[in-house]
Amino acid sequence: MAAPLVEYLLRLGDNCLILSQRLSEWCGHGPVLEEDIALTNIALDLLGHARFWLSYAGEVEGAGRDEDKLAFLRDAGEFRNVLLVEQPNGDYAMTTARQFYFDTWHFHLLSALQQSTDSRIAAIAQKALKEVTYHLERSTDWIMRLGDGTEESHRRMQHAVDDLWMYTGELFEMDDIDAEMLRRGVGADLEALRPKWTEHLQKTFAKATLEVPPGKWMQRGGKRGVHTEKLGYLLAEMQFLQRAYPGAQW
Amino acid sequence: MVATCPTATGVWGWLAKIADPEIPVLSITDLGIVRDVQVNEDEVTITITPTYSGCPAMDAIAEEIRRSAKEHGIEHLHLVTELSPPWTTDWMSDAARQRLRDYGIAPPASSLVQIEAAKPACPRCGSVETRLVSRFGSTPCKAHYQCLSCLEPFDAFKRH
Repeated sequence: MAAPLVEYLLRLGDNCLILSQRLSEWCGHGPVLEEDIALTNIALDLLGHARFWLSYAGEVEGAGRDEDKLAFLRDAGEFRNVLLVEQPNGDYAMTTARQFYFDTWHFHLLSALQQSTDSRIAAIAQKALKEVTYHLERSTDWIMRLGDGTEESHRRMQHAVDDLWMYTGELFEMDDIDAEMLRRGVGADLEALRPKWTEHLQKTFAKATLEVPPGKWMQRGGKRGVHTEKLGYLLAEMQFLQRAYPGAQW
Repeated sequence: MVATCPTATGVWGWLAKIADPEIPVLSITDLGIVRDVQVNEDEVTITITPTYSGCPAMDAIAEEIRRSAKEHGIEHLHLVTELSPPWTTDWMSDAARQRLRDYGIAPPASSLVQIEAAKPACPRCGSVETRLVSRFGSTPCKAHYQCLSCLEPFDAFKRH
């Protein structure tokens, strides 16, 4: 296992990279033009964040891997993103639920990381938070609009938040790496994010006439490289060019 | 040609002429992308900061700075990217805001006048009766609005 800081940066970067790739799949397929543009803009922001984190991970690792090598030449088992972000787009409710769960967490995580003793992490968090604040406003709006919309949109939105619920537990799980980063003042206390996340979720769901899913059993493993089968397909598409034509540039 | 040492003022001067590739009425200094210029004999260090994290224009801007530096006889250029303090539209001058408006883009609200919730005025007719069409517009830095008075759809630079 790599140094804890490298692992930690890969987790931060891979979450952004994989969700960015998922959102990019909507490009040209959005239900309306404005949403097509919104999702691809968010994908672009997240790709920017991924580049910051992965460049830093590569520098700390010191093994000659830059952001591109880390993005395009690692296989599924080496990715450290949470399972939530690799879940397929599904219908618009599914994409919205995934984004809302992630944005709410991402917002509080970056808020905490602004206080990191690692000045580079603090700077990236401060920069990214400005954009993520906007992401969260948007996904919160959509939860309310679809949840408290038509009978059909409500049914689909409730189904989506229920379906993805089991991937939310991992967001707050503290393992040895998280504990070590917290002890050094570099990382965030993920357990402390849970009440803030839950509060925003309960408030939003109440306005959206949605039920908070009751399930207690949670999926886990992404942070350690144990992924759902869906990640492999995503990587096959994302990495194809660099795998088929190593070192290709344009 | 006799090589002369560059000066910081001179460098700022030609940087101010580099237009943003997406919004050509603004220069990169209008936008506050250039944070610092240091000259040490024939070595020039230019510090820039990205607007939005993923903005693809940043690569084009860096390329243009390198090209322009070469054109101005600078052999040793260090182009540094800094994230902190994070870029904000508050760095945009009043003159730049007016140029944006004339170009048809509503300028960002300024934090100096606390109008956080106010909607941007239509750059065509000046009406403040406008509505948000989409939180995202044609580039990461803009949102899409429509004027309810003259019905013109327009881009508004987001306050950031």
